[in-house]
Amino acid sequence: MDAVFVQLSLPPLVIGVCAAVACALPGNFLLLRRQAMLGDAVAHVVLPGLVLAFVVTGSLAAPVMIGGALGAALLSVALIEAVRRLGRIEPGAAMGAVFTTLFAIGVVLLEVTGASGVHLDVEHALMGNLESLIWFDATGWASLLDPAALAGLPPQLGRMAAVLFMVILVLWLLRRPLAVATFDEGFARATGQRPGLVGMILVALSAAAAVTAFEAVGAIIVIAMFTAPPAAARLLTGRLWTQVRLSALIAAISAILGYVLAGHGPLWFGIPHAVSAAGMIAVVAGIILAGAAAFGPHRRRSGAFVTS
Amino acid sequence: MNAIGRFVETPLEESPLAIRGLSAGYGGLPAVLDADVTVAPAALTAIIGPNGAGKSTLLKAVLGLIPRQAGQVTFWGMPLVQARSRIAYVPQRASVDWGFPVTVMDVALQGLHREIGLLRPIRAHHRARAQQALERVGLAELAHRQIGALSGGQQQRVFLARALAQGADLFLLDEPLAGVDAATEDAILAVLRALRDEGRTVVAVHHDLSTVAAWFDRAVLLNRRVLAEGPVGLALTARTLQGAYGGRLPAEAGGLR
Amino acid sequence: MSGFLAALLLGAGWNAMLVTLGTALLGLAAGAVGTVMVLRRRALLSDAMAHATLPGLGAAFLLMAALGGSGRALPGLMAGAALTAFLALLAVEWLGARTRIPEDAAIGATLSVAFGLGLVLLTVIQVAGLGEPAGLESFLLGSTAGMLRADVLAIALGAAAALSALWVLRRPMTLLAFDEGFAAAAGLPVRLLDRVAMTLVLFVTVAGMRVVGLVLIVALLILPPVAARFWTDRAGRMTVLAGLFGALSGWIGTALSAAAPDLPAGPMVVLAAATLMAASLLLAPGRGALARMRAARARQPTLDRREGELWAALRLADPASPLIERDDGHTALSALLPPDRLARLLAGGER
Repeated sequence: MDAVFVQLSLPPLVIGVCAAVACALPGNFLLLRRQAMLGDAVAHVVLPGLVLAFVVTGSLAAPVMIGGALGAALLSVALIEAVRRLGRIEPGAAMGAVFTTLFAIGVVLLEVTGASGVHLDVEHALMGNLESLIWFDATGWASLLDPAALAGLPPQLGRMAAVLFMVILVLWLLRRPLAVATFDEGFARATGQRPGLVGMILVALSAAAAVTAFEAVGAIIVIAMFTAPPAAARLLTGRLWTQVRLSALIAAISAILGYVLAGHGPLWFGIPHAVSAAGMIAVVAGIILAGAAAFGPHRRRSGAFVTS
Repeated sequence: MNAIGRFVETPLEESPLAIRGLSAGYGGLPAVLDADVTVAPAALTAIIGPNGAGKSTLLKAVLGLIPRQAGQVTFWGMPLVQARSRIAYVPQRASVDWGFPVTVMDVALQGLHREIGLLRPIRAHHRARAQQALERVGLAELAHRQIGALSGGQQQRVFLARALAQGADLFLLDEPLAGVDAATEDAILAVLRALRDEGRTVVAVHHDLSTVAAWFDRAVLLNRRVLAEGPVGLALTARTLQGAYGGRLPAEAGGLR
Repeated sequence: MSGFLAALLLGAGWNAMLVTLGTALLGLAAGAVGTVMVLRRRALLSDAMAHATLPGLGAAFLLMAALGGSGRALPGLMAGAALTAFLALLAVEWLGARTRIPEDAAIGATLSVAFGLGLVLLTVIQVAGLGEPAGLESFLLGSTAGMLRADVLAIALGAAAALSALWVLRRPMTLLAFDEGFAAAAGLPVRLLDRVAMTLVLFVTVAGMRVVGLVLIVALLILPPVAARFWTDRAGRMTVLAGLFGALSGWIGTALSAAAPDLPAGPMVVLAAATLMAASLLLAPGRGALARMRAARARQPTLDRREGELWAALRLADPASPLIERDDGHTALSALLPPDRLARLLAGGER
């Protein structure tokens, strides 16, 4: 039993938790800065990035894929800004115009280049393949101390953990300017800080987290974790850093509970198959958000900021 | 009777806007608490008070734009639904997106939406009335400009023209004189005075204590509660202002006494 | 190429013609309805609704299969899709109105959770032994294969209904989108109007998810209005133009896809709309990027700095001398000199 758990369930669980937390943490600031749909946009544009990287290099190696996806993500952010400014339209419409276009390009490229037969396909991109992240070399808990077995861990685990570490490190280093820039951009500028730069770092960090998580666990977890846990945490506390910590906790709970429910839930109904773990993780996050929206102590809009 | 100074003389059914015990806000603590106001007809009334006093909230609650938590509001003794066609509202300029694809004339015509209705075509006499309203605020030549091409003061005047086109008897304006240029200030004041002289009633949220005495006939002093109401000179005394602004009483207000 | 031309001119066979006409009609309705959403600043709300059709499709499939039906009956699937899309709308509204979550975050959360639930239901259909939900997956990215006359007729009816509703409500809808406060104070039924607009979006989404797919249908609601905005400053014209752009995108996209079967129709329609948008962004007279660049160059002040200072001196000597008024309300002087220098000059501190 232990061996099976360590082989089949431990890696997806750890990767899922890392991906969820890595997306939820920057999601807090995106939420407060009214950029919450950025995760959605990035998740859509990763597909053309992956396909283009594959078409250009002919390689499916992770660095190539992640590089392509990250490039596409940053390009999309620039395009959204350009359309918004030139068209003088609301950011939501600019965002929708850009990310659907890039996604359509990705789908067409996939069909035209025949990349769909190899490894990439739209369904995989949307749903992820959390369940397939298996640690073949594991024989039990002892394998965690066995260097030979550890070398056989799914590479996504190392990448996801590294990105999570980076996210935490950057957010910690920027904790003060980020808080000021998020709360009052004008004040930040007036006091000689660089809120624009802080915002750009946040966007780049979010894109990195989204791309890595996308490659490991699929689009839907990325979008869900960027929005649902920070939103739920926002309703549970009025303090920024408590909210950030709570959102990480909620993301981790969603990942674990969602994975377990997807694997074992159907068994309770006598069905010996698992359902989509990525979907279930999003659903659990949604249930937590609904609970917070109904009962959270800070769910109401504060009356203190009403301007006359 | 919660006000420090009160000079009630208009009977409820003659008052264009009578507020009784109104509490309102965006959830949580009410931003306006237990307000009583009896607006006098054919007068310019300022709603004045410090930042965050609930001035705009009061106006919005009166119009049913935000939930009322308690109290009653009547217009000439009638509820809002029956009086709606006689009321014109001028929102804060910053509350809309000025990049929106409409022309100055389109906005002025919005004031006539009740008469034009859903399906009827816009007739020449509708356009003439909208044009007339634009002339009154000095924007006749700009009728076919896109609204984003106007200066801030001109935008404020477009909003006023839309209200004029409505031909209402009660005008409720949210900070119509905030941050506008001198030409706009003069134009708006002239229109508001003309409206009063025609027998119409104007209520405007105002933020500037130093000009209130020169520009308005009456004042409602607000800081969550109504602290005074009446002719400017009587409502705004050192004592009532102290009550509203506390230690933050701006120096220029001293000239009021 | 000749295949593309034939398809463009409706000469590539009965079926291709049906698909082309149907998609063009869909584009017409989507472009016009989308204009309302873009102007009301709620474009992404339609994205949430589109993604939220997936759980409805799955649930309807399961229900119909459990009742002994085929699971793929289109009316049932459409009803399910519309129902969950509407529930998603309610969820976004509830989160936005009752809590302090900003609307964009409410949209993102609802979209992803609903779509996640849809994925779970799709796998449930698979593992419950109810057969491959292969028919359902074609709703993700759309498919024009097997589009029938009845489908085109249904789209035509839906489009006609949506367009007439839009025409009747054009004035209150524009007023509401421009100035919600004024609209509400004037007694317009704001909530009802918003609900009607969302119902129209729902029509377009449910009609379009088979053709363009629920992931991309929002593109057809957003791209044509954004393109149209570059060509006009009037909401009414923008709506008409967006409808035309949408119809054109549907037409060209499906013709391309008919000529080259490798190219999936839905994404091609979106790319056609995106090309129109990009062309408008660059080339439209007045608001387009190129025109604006040219205008900015032409607007370079004609007075040089020295002349500006002379102007200032003149102004000092005769305060009543007129300043050049520019379109944007600034004076020529304020455009020529840095504000602090201008202030010093005008104050007489520097001659």
